Amino acid sequence: MKTITSLVGNHAVAYAVKQAKPNVLAVYPITPQTTMLEKLADYVSSGELKAELIKVESEHSAMASIFGAALAGARVFTATASQGLLYMGEMIYWVGGARVPLVAAIATRAIGAPWSIWDDHEDFLTKRDAAWIQLMAQNVQEAYDLTIQAFKISEDKKIIAPCMLGFDGFILTHTMERLELLDDSSVDNFIGKRDFSIIDFDNPVGIGTVAGPQTYMGYKYSIKKAFDGAKERIKEIMKEYSEISNIDYQPIECYKCDDADYLIAAMGAWSGDARVAVDMLRSEGKKVGLIRIIMFRPFPKEEISKYIKGKDILVLDRDYSFGSGGILANEIKSISYNLDSKIYSLIAGLGGKDVSEKEIKTLAEKMINKELGDEEWLM
Amino acid sequence: MANVNYMLRGTAACPGCPIPRELNNILEIAGKDTVLVVPASCSTIIMGDDIHGMPSVVPVVHSPFAAPSAIASGIKAAMNQLNKKGNVIVWAGDGSTGDIGFASLSGAAERNEDIIYICYDNEAYMNTGIQRSGLTPRGAWSTTTPEGKREFKKPLPFLMMDHKIPYVATLSIAYPFDYEAKIKKAMTISGFRYLHILSPCPPGWRFDPSLTIEIAKLAVETGIWPLMEYENNKLKLTGPSILLKDKSKRKPIEEYLKLQERFKELSDEEKRLLEEDINAMWLEIERRMS
Repeated sequence: MKTITSLVGNHAVAYAVKQAKPNVLAVYPITPQTTMLEKLADYVSSGELKAELIKVESEHSAMASIFGAALAGARVFTATASQGLLYMGEMIYWVGGARVPLVAAIATRAIGAPWSIWDDHEDFLTKRDAAWIQLMAQNVQEAYDLTIQAFKISEDKKIIAPCMLGFDGFILTHTMERLELLDDSSVDNFIGKRDFSIIDFDNPVGIGTVAGPQTYMGYKYSIKKAFDGAKERIKEIMKEYSEISNIDYQPIECYKCDDADYLIAAMGAWSGDARVAVDMLRSEGKKVGLIRIIMFRPFPKEEISKYIKGKDILVLDRDYSFGSGGILANEIKSISYNLDSKIYSLIAGLGGKDVSEKEIKTLAEKMINKELGDEEWLM
Repeated sequence: MANVNYMLRGTAACPGCPIPRELNNILEIAGKDTVLVVPASCSTIIMGDDIHGMPSVVPVVHSPFAAPSAIASGIKAAMNQLNKKGNVIVWAGDGSTGDIGFASLSGAAERNEDIIYICYDNEAYMNTGIQRSGLTPRGAWSTTTPEGKREFKKPLPFLMMDHKIPYVATLSIAYPFDYEAKIKKAMTISGFRYLHILSPCPPGWRFDPSLTIEIAKLAVETGIWPLMEYENNKLKLTGPSILLKDKSKRKPIEEYLKLQERFKELSDEEKRLLEEDINAMWLEIERRMS
């Protein structure tokens, strides 16, 4: 049973969290995720959600407190953005290293200095090496659906890792869209019961105990192996979800790329604009397709490789690694070296700068006409 | 005393280090249904490694430096929601407590989280090799204060009383009856409980490992470390410190200072300032007791 409604992204994620029935939540305000945590506070206050809401004094403590709660067997959640995610950074890595199942939503936002509350993907991507599963939504429906999937992925016995949902600040967090909600029992059945507790008085263990040079690398290798294996399991979980939601979920989405001569690659909300650009180009007879990355970690290398052989690809990055390049462009370059693909990196939309479908179309045309440099900044 | 050793022998603690004894006395009272949260500190090492195992017979959650209060808050919240009973105890050094983790400690105290926070105060960053902390006393040598610390010791017990939490106490392992009475009382109270142990450190304070208890005792007898207890908004002195309200009953601080090489270079002026700090602390105690 599905209910059709309309919600802003923050409230859609809050609703998904409520349906996932977490036991412990940590809340600390930061734009643009604040209204999500306000909504969760309302759910707890009204009794709709039976959970303990810890009103922490910083993001560092938000992640620390849900880490503690997760060790003691609770299903947990928090959300943050930008500076908050950076302030949380030490705990983000700690949680990843400890392989503790928990879920955090990141309402993506630019990083200072200078101050900016507006959207880009830099904050989310700074955590790409932290041993978290990372998913990125394109619209409010996906933000809702991926939140529910994140709980199951994180707690799955074959995965056991923290999971981060990225969704664009303001563009999704504060935009109301049509949305199909699952009923509570479908979500219950899908996620299942949490069965994970490390703190056990009858079987006491040390958690995070010192590891010397003989053993430390072994722990890191076990995470690598878990991430190597996680992708296939995540595909299964996405398929399982698709069956109850009737919306197809996969680590990447390919839009008109089977017969494409040229590709655009992107992730997040502006993929929708890229899709419109593809349609416009197709109507002019130009065979362009879109690869959209939904799962950023583990990175869907094999899935992307299937489509990019011999192609020119315009990669959209709402982020930048200074001294190196667009982060998504670099990721795709790293799998294209023997596929005879040509990567054109577009850096755009930093700090909330609006990017239109027409601008994406124009840049794709420049790529087709061999007029595009290796890296362009859309100022 | 119970039959169980809650802290097993053969830890990595330095000779003369009081930490294993301090912990064992706590765990004997708290019992097996207890989880320890331990931030980066000497106890990170004392709690063993993944090859040799850990000396604790209760679960230990190791914590980044600034995080133990929040981790403990989360553990307790989960236990409440999942109907599990047990004690959540933070065991943290003075650097974590008074410096890097102070915001998190203050937050957890302000929320009156149902946890016990114990600071074992060896008055510097000892695990990294004796760097000054906010809780290093005036005049003390450390590797980052080669000429002696110029500032006073941050008054953590008072700062925690100002959070209006249900229980604050200062402890010394040299007075085990007072020590254990305070642990026992803390166990009977719910809400945020803050216990602060002055924990002498032979290599850091530069004294012979055989003198640990003597120095802990002198800290109390000279009035440098008053044993006190704050409960229901009321402060009182306990044990030997009750009589030391009368300054004439206190031993001269030289007796404490001269046993520790960290005070070897202390000038007369610095000693006078240190005495002023101590007098001001006792005036503050009197003010808070009245």
